[in-house]
Amino acid sequence: MSPERIVVVGAGMVAQRFVQTLRERDVDGRFHVTVIGEESYAPYDRVALTSFFSKANPEDLLLGDQRLWNDSGVTLVRDARVARIDRAARAVTTDAGESFPYDQLVLATGSSAWAPPLPGLDLPGVFMYRTLDDVAALQEWVRSRPGHGGPVRGAVIGGGLLGLEAAGALQSMGATSTVIEFADRLMALQVDRSGGEALKGLIERMGVQVKCSLATDAVLAGADGNVGSLRFNDGSEQLFDVVVFATGIRPRDELARDAGLALGERGGVKVDAACRTEDPRISAIGECAASEPDAFLSVGLIAPGNSMADVTVERLLGGSSQYNGADTATKLKLLGVDVASFGDAFAATPGALEVVYSDPFSGAYKKLVMTDDASVLLGGMFVGDASAYSQLRPMVGSALPGDPSSWILPEGVAERPELELPDEATVCSCNNITAGSVRHAVNEEGCHDLGAVKACTKAGTACGSCLPLVKKIMNTELEKGGFEVSNALCEHFAMSRSQLFSAIQVAGLTTFTDIIDRFGAGHGCDICKPTVGSILASIYNEHVLADGRAALQDTNDRVMANMQKDGTYSVVPRIPGGEITPDKLMVIAEVAQEFDLYTKITGGQRIDLFGARLEQLPAIWQRLVAAGMESGHAYGKSLRTVKSCVGSTWCRFGVQDSVGMAIALELRYRGLRSPHKMKIGVSGCARECAEARGKDVGVIATEKGWNVYVGGNGGFAPAHAQLLVEDVDDATVFQVIDRYLMLYIRTADRLQRTAPWQAEYEGGLDAIRDVIVNDSLGICDDLDAHMAHHVDSYEDEWKAVLDDPERLRQFQSFVNAPQEPDPSLAYVVERGQRRPATGSERESMLADAGRAL
Amino acid sequence: MTATVSEIHVCRIDDLTPGLGAAALVEGEQVALFRLDDGTVHAVQNMCPFADAAVISRGITGDRGGEPTICSPLYKQVFSLVTGECLVTMDKEPVHTSPDLTVYPVTVRDGDVLVTVVRSL
Ligand code: SRM
Ligand SMILES: Cc1cc2nc3c(=O)[nH]c(=O)nc-3n(C[C@H](O)[C@H](O)[C@H](O)COP(=O)(O)OP(=O)(O)OC[C@H]3O[C@@H](n4cnc5c(N)ncnc54)[C@H](O)[C@@H]3O)c2cc1C
Ligand code: SF4
Ligand code: FES
Repeated sequence: MSPERIVVVGAGMVAQRFVQTLRERDVDGRFHVTVIGEESYAPYDRVALTSFFSKANPEDLLLGDQRLWNDSGVTLVRDARVARIDRAARAVTTDAGESFPYDQLVLATGSSAWAPPLPGLDLPGVFMYRTLDDVAALQEWVRSRPGHGGPVRGAVIGGGLLGLEAAGALQSMGATSTVIEFADRLMALQVDRSGGEALKGLIERMGVQVKCSLATDAVLAGADGNVGSLRFNDGSEQLFDVVVFATGIRPRDELARDAGLALGERGGVKVDAACRTEDPRISAIGECAASEPDAFLSVGLIAPGNSMADVTVERLLGGSSQYNGADTATKLKLLGVDVASFGDAFAATPGALEVVYSDPFSGAYKKLVMTDDASVLLGGMFVGDASAYSQLRPMVGSALPGDPSSWILPEGVAERPELELPDEATVCSCNNITAGSVRHAVNEEGCHDLGAVKACTKAGTACGSCLPLVKKIMNTELEKGGFEVSNALCEHFAMSRSQLFSAIQVAGLTTFTDIIDRFGAGHGCDICKPTVGSILASIYNEHVLADGRAALQDTNDRVMANMQKDGTYSVVPRIPGGEITPDKLMVIAEVAQEFDLYTKITGGQRIDLFGARLEQLPAIWQRLVAAGMESGHAYGKSLRTVKSCVGSTWCRFGVQDSVGMAIALELRYRGLRSPHKMKIGVSGCARECAEARGKDVGVIATEKGWNVYVGGNGGFAPAHAQLLVEDVDDATVFQVIDRYLMLYIRTADRLQRTAPWQAEYEGGLDAIRDVIVNDSLGICDDLDAHMAHHVDSYEDEWKAVLDDPERLRQFQSFVNAPQEPDPSLAYVVERGQRRPATGSERESMLADAGRAL
Repeated sequence: MTATVSEIHVCRIDDLTPGLGAAALVEGEQVALFRLDDGTVHAVQNMCPFADAAVISRGITGDRGGEPTICSPLYKQVFSLVTGECLVTMDKEPVHTSPDLTVYPVTVRDGDVLVTVVRSL
């Protein structure tokens, strides 16, 4: 049977989502889909349109995996505008007269930019802000303006989301930018009057001029016939070289209208909750659709369009999901300023209470809307600091425990209560799984461990970053249900990591065999072996490949490099504090060149060399070690980098030598094995250029010494480090960090970073401070001695391996061909360096080589 | 159909470290060898079906309910070293075909490790 034909009109963001979902779900190949778009690009990321100015390459904006368009079930027709739908003949016709028959037609024509009918709109130098061609033309125009003694003068008409993006774009091209808004405030759809004031203040700090309550009457030509100035309704005029209109969007419903289909009250193709128009063979999705649940939606956002695309695919495949209206909650970053609103942000509910905080210093404005008894959260609005947004948004309609103001006061001023997530809150965003489904799995489906919950709900099966949250919800439910919450490491050990740590330490055991015989059962696995390996390394600080230990380690620890997707490794020499001499840089460059390694500056102030084969690692390290470099432990659950800023040595604001301190810390804690990786940062003054408070330990210089912060984290659940001690001298910095890290190493769970460890430590940071500053448990001598042993016994792992022929044996590619490269590796060159070939590239390379026969 | 069965000498038993894997090239195929603590030697395909990379020999050995296993180092799928069956998929799909590993019979004779390969003609 030949496949049914779907034709999609419009090749925009929602069309892309539609085709991608269709190809994923239509496993039997029931449908062939043809996408017809008038733009000359494959679908691109319009949301990120403004990044065109930093990337300046349209290719970088293309959406999704481009192989989608080569799929035999997909045809993409570009540069073709559909002019007409013939419903009787079931075909669409393009401007060029080409006709495409359909069994199902999907309209995804989006919106067009709209400008008020003013004189002068057609002058050269007037732009819209909707398509790649728009922004490319704008860029070309600004670049080619002849200088008149100063920067190009830019105006943006419209102070909404698009207008502020355009203002940022003008600025990034070196033009001045003035935003002209007819309403009394910026972003009138998202924020209230005070919020608008705050936003105006913050944006003016960025150098953008803002004029509200001002209407534009006309665009006037200059002497050269191009745009020259704007005239306003107060009679005033201002000179400009470029004008961008961002005054709103209108749904592109013309095809539907001409075909006699009903439209929504405010335009847009009228559809039911299944995204069907009056004609059962025609659907409409995205911004061109007027869906019943969204009668009043007036902001253009991508999320509703994506849901509509999914609903329509589901329906075409025989399912029956429904589009339930858009969640208009938004969080945006405009010119670097956070703006977020959710729920009943404008307090439209009768009797609603508003709790407001505005911070004159930072310029932030925050508001929560509560029911009249201040118990239930209805909505909120954030300008300048939206850190509480993601936690609060799922709480709309639920009781908010504690004092609501704790959520809008600056972090750390008032204790924020622990939130019990409501059932409908999304926990796993990859798979769209709610807290309720996780609870259901635990309580009704009998899933009592993480594996079972994952298998049952699919939560945590994609990127995995939600797993700690899923586990927490599971444990809370188990506790409520009177079940014992198992801390068992795996089927071989019934203890948690910290229990095992003390057991091994007390019993003084040194080998895995002794440990599993004494405290566990079986032969071990990929969970308990590395855990024991790490505990042994923390306690005794012996070489990771010391007798019998190699088999405990993950390949990364075992070969002291990180395995990459194709089975080769990355090489990261330590660059303490980010400081490096030109000579050492040269050695790194030579090694990279000689071994043809892909080279990249990491996010941790050092250099990563990718694509080294197992058998090449010793030769590479030989060179690096000979030049005085050592392992950067980029592979270990251990200290990674100590990030520094340049500090008082060069910086005019620095008050202490932050580079010196960072190097001292990095050399002190290098190689220290821990439950998870650890990072440290040192900033030379309170401006915090080293982002130290985002690290497990952050050290920030003060006039009198150093402040030490602990428990910061980037990654999936970012947390700011909290102040442990203030204005201390160098020796005290080392002492408190020694103790903090040792306490963490001894008592944290497997793969638990400092932030959650600190939060869950009984009594929290105060209790930890009590242990390490006041010695409340009487263990400080022990912690100090343990760290001293580490510092004294440190040796470079790589150097040790190079000196030991027995250990070098682990670096053979094949036991019967020790230096033979893995024959399955394949590379292509991109931007002047090689990278692993993708699956399809590899196949075509094989085919070319004639080996696929 | 005819097939040739050959025993290929790969290495000496002492070339293998207990508990650790090693890769070998056998008639152009990549094979992962494991000498376990109990003295047995196992051989499976070295390509990981989930990562599409030749890495199985570099995983961690262990057991699941007594069944000797190998855990792939990239995405942590667990396979039986006896049957090659994938015991833990980590909720992922294999890249090409089967999620399971091909198993090769191994003989240790006079300290020589011999892997049996079957080729259909
Ligand atoms: C190379 C690098 C990216 C880059 O190209 O810049 C990188 C690469 C990897 N990161 Fe990272 N991270 C890198 C900086 C960071 C940073 C930024 C920083 O350190 O300032 C962060 C956020 C800060 C933080 O850690 O709190 C970061 C947060 C993560 C996380 C999330 C951890 C968390 O607590 O949520 C993971 C996942 C994990 O460790 O479980 C991760 C895991 C990884 C892994 C190990 C993923 C993997 O298993 O293969 C990548 C290893 C690649 C390799 O072979 O080297 N990487 N990673 C950066 C190496 C820095 C270095 O010099 O060592
Ligand atoms: C600068 C900018 C910033 C934005 N920022 C955000 C944001 O931060 N968050 C957010 O959620 N949303 C944002 N949006 C909105 C978001 O981009 C839209 O909601 C989304 O693109 C809508 O997708 P769509 O497929 O419905 O329409 P579009 O992406 O506009 O696609 C429609 C396509 O159909 C084509 N077309 C129309 N008629 C025809 C025809 N007759 N024949 C052939 N082709 C036709 C059009 O040329 C267009 O390519 C932003 C938009 C812009 C412009
Ligand atoms: S964010 Fe880190 S873990 Fe994720 S792809 Fe980049 S380097 Fe890899
Ligand atoms: S958020 Fe759950 S798997 Fe990514």
